[in-house]
Amino acid sequence: MSNIRLENITKKFKEVTALNDVSFSIKDGEFFVLLGPTGAGKTTTLRLIAGLEKQDVGHIHFDGELVDELPPAERDVAFVFQQYSLYPSMSVYDNLAFPLRSPMRQTPEAEIRMRVQSAAEKLRITHLLERKTGKLSGGEMQRVSIGRAIVREPRVFLMDEPLSNLDAKLRESLRVELKHIQKTQNSTTVFVTHDQIEALTMADRIAVLDEGHILQIGTPFDIYDRPATTAVAQLVGTPKINLLPAVRQNGHLLIESSTLKLQLSDDVSLPEAVSTGIRPENVEIMSDGQFSGKVALIEPLGVETIIHIRIGEQTLISIVPGTTNLRIDEDVRFNIAVNHLHFFEQNSGVRLN
Amino acid sequence: MATIELKQVEKKFGDSFAVKPLDLTINSGEFIVLLGPSGCGKTTTLRMISGLEAVTSGNILFDGKDVTWLHPSARDIAFVFQFFALYSHLSVRDNIAFPLQAQGMSREDIKKRVAEVADMLKIEHVLNARPGGLSGGDQQRVALARALVRKPAAFLMDEPLGALDAEFRESMRAEIKRLHIDQHATTVYVTHDQIEAMAMGDRIVVMSNAVVQQADTPTEVYNNPSNLFVARFIGSPGMNLIEGHYADGTINLPGDNRYSVPSGWRSVLETQLASDRRVIVGFRPEAVQVDGTGEINSTNYATDLHGGYTMLHLQLDPDTIVHARAGRDMRYQLSETVRFTLKPDMVRFFHPETEMALKQNGMKN
Repeated sequence: MSNIRLENITKKFKEVTALNDVSFSIKDGEFFVLLGPTGAGKTTTLRLIAGLEKQDVGHIHFDGELVDELPPAERDVAFVFQQYSLYPSMSVYDNLAFPLRSPMRQTPEAEIRMRVQSAAEKLRITHLLERKTGKLSGGEMQRVSIGRAIVREPRVFLMDEPLSNLDAKLRESLRVELKHIQKTQNSTTVFVTHDQIEALTMADRIAVLDEGHILQIGTPFDIYDRPATTAVAQLVGTPKINLLPAVRQNGHLLIESSTLKLQLSDDVSLPEAVSTGIRPENVEIMSDGQFSGKVALIEPLGVETIIHIRIGEQTLISIVPGTTNLRIDEDVRFNIAVNHLHFFEQNSGVRLN
Repeated sequence: MATIELKQVEKKFGDSFAVKPLDLTINSGEFIVLLGPSGCGKTTTLRMISGLEAVTSGNILFDGKDVTWLHPSARDIAFVFQFFALYSHLSVRDNIAFPLQAQGMSREDIKKRVAEVADMLKIEHVLNARPGGLSGGDQQRVALARALVRKPAAFLMDEPLGALDAEFRESMRAEIKRLHIDQHATTVYVTHDQIEAMAMGDRIVVMSNAVVQQADTPTEVYNNPSNLFVARFIGSPGMNLIEGHYADGTINLPGDNRYSVPSGWRSVLETQLASDRRVIVGFRPEAVQVDGTGEINSTNYATDLHGGYTMLHLQLDPDTIVHARAGRDMRYQLSETVRFTLKPDMVRFFHPETEMALKQNGMKN
């Protein structure tokens, strides 16, 4: 396994800048997720690491060695795509064995058997080894695709939205298994997704990308608890963070178009006007709460309930465990956990606290 | 607004059932969600209500009047699809006005009504634009406005949020529900997304294999699933379902674990299980209480942060993983031992053969 370093990478496709001066390092054995919307530059980054594209500016290092001039085959990376590219007429076993039988490797059959068995066990597909891949379900095919990457024991795993074609339940269970396998093997993995839950739940660290720039790199806790910009804040977390314009006044923060007036602690110094971020779990409904509003909407999700509270012209979203006795249009009292507030510069969206 | 009744409505394509005989009453003003995986019969049911699909047998009544063989246009319904189906060469205003013009309403009344719905959906500022230039969210608002403008007897919606990005979906979901609260229009809404169904429905009709599995409020469907399918399908992740054998007040579970059945359930298990005493224990991730002295023993398979909470994935044996919701600072090493108990009032039991939930006295059927 390897560590990877990208140094001042810029990549253009004709007039479009896909990546603009991007630098970061991935540690040996790390599960590193590239998260961002379509067009952010995630897949381009992955393809550059694989050597499927060549950067215009900058360098890529594996274990401190420059790999810029190495063709994909010599970088020893394994790619797993969203679309499973298996040979439908071959058995699962032969699909798994295929990369090992290539003329470049010529692995002895006994060793192939061992590696295929071991990968199949990890992915719970031992019972499918004799089947033709064309007859498998989507989830099984994606397991085989991942298995085919694992048997090679590459320096790096590159995964491009491998779970996004699966239905919700399958995605959930494969996500957990993939994470477990990665942790057991300590394989350096770069995983691309637009799904914030995948990123939060699987990553050791996340790089949030947008329009060819890195907005933030950090652990899931860093990204969720201290989002660097409003874009990052809104990208992670369901339901979404409340983001409200506010002005400062005598040690208080007044949320515009509402009656909300928050006490600021003395050590916070803010400009006159800020965007205030409040996570839904930090809007705590309680009968003796400091603030009041009207229930605009109730969304019961079973495990928890989302409550939309109308205060003046603003709506605050709160999330409470289990069910609620509240009713639509009823008055409701609540507190806001002020030590969990997020402040952002209004124009740039950059974090202030 | 109409009450809609389906009486023994069925649909066959050739020899195979798309919908097996189905009885359902949708109350006037109710928001009903038809929920299930693809191919379960939910969309066919919706299309039969609309008249776009003929029933094979059975009757459909709107406010007591049999509409089974009425043409869709004579049923006074409005349809909202996943794909917006707007006229690209017309302005937003003309798209919304179109159904009214077709009805022959006066220009003055049309203008008033279009302004009303545009205000309701907050799309006044795009009335003169062409739909093609709008965001997905705004296009779906226009499609909704066009459905609302006529004040039909019922709204039928077929995965209207399916084509939107995740970030729009959450807010559009709330907008549609709030709109329903203000309008109280009878609405039948089809989705495969259980979160959408839970958040929006007054009642959820869970379908699988052409059959209604359960029709109840979101809370009931979540807390008291009628069978294993519903237990698995609702919730993310679904209910933990673990098979064991019942004997003398306890159930043996994988990994040499024994689970003490809450006393209120013992007589139920004793009378309702087959002679082999096999039973499936069901519990939601939030029913798990990590507790150093808990009677169930597991090892940590994976732990992940979901933002406001942590999900633990706990292995009882190589084939059995329990998902447990925990505080966000809960952290375990790979393979570390974790002991837990189950909150007694949150445990359910299922019959492994019939796959049906066992019922305590006094529980709803």
